[in-house]
Amino acid sequence: MKKFPPYAGLLERSWHYVYLLICAFVFLYLITPILLIIPLSFNAEPYFTFTKGMLALDADAYSTRWYTDFFTSDSWIHSIKNSFIIAIASTFIATALGTVAALGLSRSYMPGRTLIMSILISPMIVPLIISGAAMFFFYSNINLAQTFPGVILAHTALGTPFVVITVTATLVGFDQQLVRASQSLGATPMRTFFKIIMPLIAPGVISGALFAFITSFDEVVIVLFLSGYEQRTIPLEMWSGIREQISPTILAVATLLVTISILLLTSLEMLRRRNEKLRGMSPG
Amino acid sequence: MKHWLKATTAAVAGTAALGLASASAQAETLTIVSWGGAYTASQQKAYHDPYMEANPDVEIVNEDKSANGLAGVRAQVQAGNVTWDIVDMLEGPALTACAEGIIEPINHDEILADAPDGTPPSEDFVEGSLSECFIPEIVYATLFAYNKEAFPSGDYPSKVADVWDTDTYPGKRSLQKIPAGNMEWALMADGVPAGEVYDVLDTDEGIARAFKKLGELKGNTVWWTEGAQPPQLLADQEVSIATGYNGRFFNAQVVENQPFELMWDGQYFELDGWVIPKGKLTDRVKDYLHFATDTQRLADQAKYISYGPARKSSAPLVSTHAEAGIDMKPHMPTNPKNFENPIKKNAAWWADNGDEMSERFNAWLAR
Amino acid sequence: MAQAELTANAMTTADGTPLKVSLRRAMRRNKLIAFGLTAPLLLFILISFLMPIFDMAMRSVDNAAVPEAIPRTVQALEAWDGEGMPPDAAFAAMAADLKEGQKTRTIGQAATRLNYQESGMRSLIMKSARRIGQYEAPWKAALIDIDDDWEDPAVWKLIKRQSGAFTAAYYLNALDYTYNEEGEVVEQPEYRQIYQMLFVRTLWMSALITGLCLLLGFPVSYLLATLPARHSNLLMILVLLPFWTSLLVRTTSWIVMLQTEGVLNDILVWIGLISDDGRMQMIYNKIGTIVAMTQILLPFMILPLYSVMRGISPSYMRAARSLGANPLVAFWRVYVPQTVPGMGAGGILVFILAIGYYITPALVGGQSGQLISNYIAYHMQQSLNWGLAAAIGTILLGGVLVLYLIYNRIVGIDNMKLG
Repeated sequence: MKKFPPYAGLLERSWHYVYLLICAFVFLYLITPILLIIPLSFNAEPYFTFTKGMLALDADAYSTRWYTDFFTSDSWIHSIKNSFIIAIASTFIATALGTVAALGLSRSYMPGRTLIMSILISPMIVPLIISGAAMFFFYSNINLAQTFPGVILAHTALGTPFVVITVTATLVGFDQQLVRASQSLGATPMRTFFKIIMPLIAPGVISGALFAFITSFDEVVIVLFLSGYEQRTIPLEMWSGIREQISPTILAVATLLVTISILLLTSLEMLRRRNEKLRGMSPG
Repeated sequence: MKHWLKATTAAVAGTAALGLASASAQAETLTIVSWGGAYTASQQKAYHDPYMEANPDVEIVNEDKSANGLAGVRAQVQAGNVTWDIVDMLEGPALTACAEGIIEPINHDEILADAPDGTPPSEDFVEGSLSECFIPEIVYATLFAYNKEAFPSGDYPSKVADVWDTDTYPGKRSLQKIPAGNMEWALMADGVPAGEVYDVLDTDEGIARAFKKLGELKGNTVWWTEGAQPPQLLADQEVSIATGYNGRFFNAQVVENQPFELMWDGQYFELDGWVIPKGKLTDRVKDYLHFATDTQRLADQAKYISYGPARKSSAPLVSTHAEAGIDMKPHMPTNPKNFENPIKKNAAWWADNGDEMSERFNAWLAR
Repeated sequence: MAQAELTANAMTTADGTPLKVSLRRAMRRNKLIAFGLTAPLLLFILISFLMPIFDMAMRSVDNAAVPEAIPRTVQALEAWDGEGMPPDAAFAAMAADLKEGQKTRTIGQAATRLNYQESGMRSLIMKSARRIGQYEAPWKAALIDIDDDWEDPAVWKLIKRQSGAFTAAYYLNALDYTYNEEGEVVEQPEYRQIYQMLFVRTLWMSALITGLCLLLGFPVSYLLATLPARHSNLLMILVLLPFWTSLLVRTTSWIVMLQTEGVLNDILVWIGLISDDGRMQMIYNKIGTIVAMTQILLPFMILPLYSVMRGISPSYMRAARSLGANPLVAFWRVYVPQTVPGMGAGGILVFILAIGYYITPALVGGQSGQLISNYIAYHMQQSLNWGLAAAIGTILLGGVLVLYLIYNRIVGIDNMKLG
């Protein structure tokens, strides 16, 4: 498989296989827990381990009852709706604010760039428990705790650093000459933005938006402090479910969430390739 | 700056509200906060469902947040954005909340229903159970229960001291991760009579003695935090003896047919009831309270869960369990046979010493 | 130089303004535009995020509840030197404050606040407030009749000490210190010490998790960086999928894996390594926290390491080998030093994330696997001592900010990459 250089000795060759074994172990450690819950979520029994029937691939040992439970529970349906409302609204605002800010930051004449950047990134750095506690106090004072706007604002703040980082990264390879060319040819700034800048930074904007979306969609600590009954989300339902007694329904939810992650990951990967192609950085 | 913030949030709220408009706004909603699980279910059947039937324009929404009830009420009142209408709370936190002025004082005789024989509420509720802002519903007990299958010899524990005897009664224990209750039981196991535990706890030596006795079990204990955990831990035989709420154990024992037995020795009882967050004592809430805490309704709740009604006039009306069809009276914490050696939780002692005890308890656990 | 300036001065733009002025103007306009574009987000973060943080930091020293509830007493005690009993005027002031506080229901919060300092203060104050209405002057005798604790100068000293608008008591508490009767700062009695130990535990567990991430992440990153792109892209998915999967999902899967009736124990029993009665306790303790958190944070180590390793040309290694270095020496002396920036970036990132972790330890940590964040949550939601929660939070935040600065120095925020 691998071609060793001619100077490699026996020891080095055998070490190489040990090394591959170590890597395989790490990959296994990373991925097994996630993949394992998928078959377990189809367990016909309310256990969290493989039953004999499951191992024997007996069809009766598998069932979709936990999915039925999930989709027929008012409480879960409500939380799905909320999760999407909150994630979409906060992604939208975060992407708009973050993209515009990144455009400013990547201009060469930005005063106090490092300081501003540190401030803009801070929501990503401050531990969530601190953000959650702080927002709980503050948003309570301005009547935003236990409201949708409150949760959405909080999630927007958490999402913007991702947009700023990804869009700024895209803009590093961006040729400012194009803007000048466009403007010198008489295009208005608006037209320049939508016709020249936007198509080129689109992959960065979209991947930033995906990050912002998943940040909000998975977030539980802030929601734990800020949301009331009306604003409860999927992660919050999961959290209380796990704390009480994990039921197989949780595994069904988890499986659905893994599916969403796979979809997001795939679209992100496609974006990355497109971006590299656009900029001629990758052979394709 | 605040204007700007409000304008933005209003805009966002507008977008978000579009999706929600359909969900709310048709009926008058009462948000009632309670403990979830079998307990909320019993309230649903005994109070909420009949109330909604009588008042079709009212929709009752359950929120399972009583475990953080005091924090929630405090935050909402401080924020001036109270979304909870009625909160189910224990007596201790209710005293604290009342002292802080975040829940409404109640005129019991004015709001609540008289007993069928005309006795006013102030005389009908169990002695000492009414306090300024608190409307008791039930008397409930935290007590030890065991899984009979964990003791194949047929020799079952019968008193608090047996819990500490891990040689005769092997297996892990499960205790709640709070000092209240555990400290009292530790002293009982160490030979203090139930009636004297608070006298002993009033001294530094008494507190040290309680922690020392608890220390004997520490390495052998699974700590629980949610009421649903102990029956589950017993059922899975992760532990052989656990403390828990008598209603939950009853449910597992009678409804789910688990091989559990309750140990009434040293039952630790306290009151649970309704409080009304500041500004929420509306006519609708009063009307609900009048209905839901009358003699018949309190007795009805006992059909679904084995907690003792807080009205004396309800006791004779307690009947059989709605599903299992068994007589509920022997399962009430207030039944004389179960009430031989109880500890009444001293809410005032815990209001004073709770913070310090929690701190010591956490430090002791973390060690 | 002078020559060039002269020439520039002489040059003018089409409308006649000197070029230098025009350039400066253009520069200023550019700066304004750049700042103008950034301003909305900056403002947004300031209001929605930094102001709450600041508000929390203020809460950790805020003591307004006491002077607001008992203003007369605070004033009357100002002149008292703390020796012997306070003047009779202080008793009268306290009686008036208690009456007023009972009516307006503000006394409860002050009682709660003082009870943090000394157990028993709550009932002393609440009881006195309830009963004071039935008494008349002289107030000293009245208060002592209600409870003879009012005869104890220590009670008054405590009130005097805690009567300012600000207090350091929460910070002292968060670091296992307290005031003694004389108002000196002393260590808490041993049976109440917990936070120092928790801070230390949080630090060493985070360090251990960071170390494990480096240990496991390094070989994998190296493999990913040296494999041909089409293989490494495929393997990269194994790193990115966990990265994109919900934290709660991953924590749930660890519960399923590690619990005593869980998959891992089942496998061990099945292959006969342990007996059915000897199932191992791998969850609800430190092991659970470490195993789960390492897996959850591993991608944050692998990704920066990988991107640094991708940039290291293999020719250095080849050169070292061809010059006669044995593989180990070549790797250690030539390759590893070049990966230091990646190790630094990943290491600090993982460490920062680890010391603030809350969800995973709360769900799989049992008692011994709890970190400092879990106690912030505990004081936020259970004990409701929000001042203490804010103080612990502010201390933790200080630590994180120091690490953030170091990260900024080493890596630069601009170079932060995602995915």
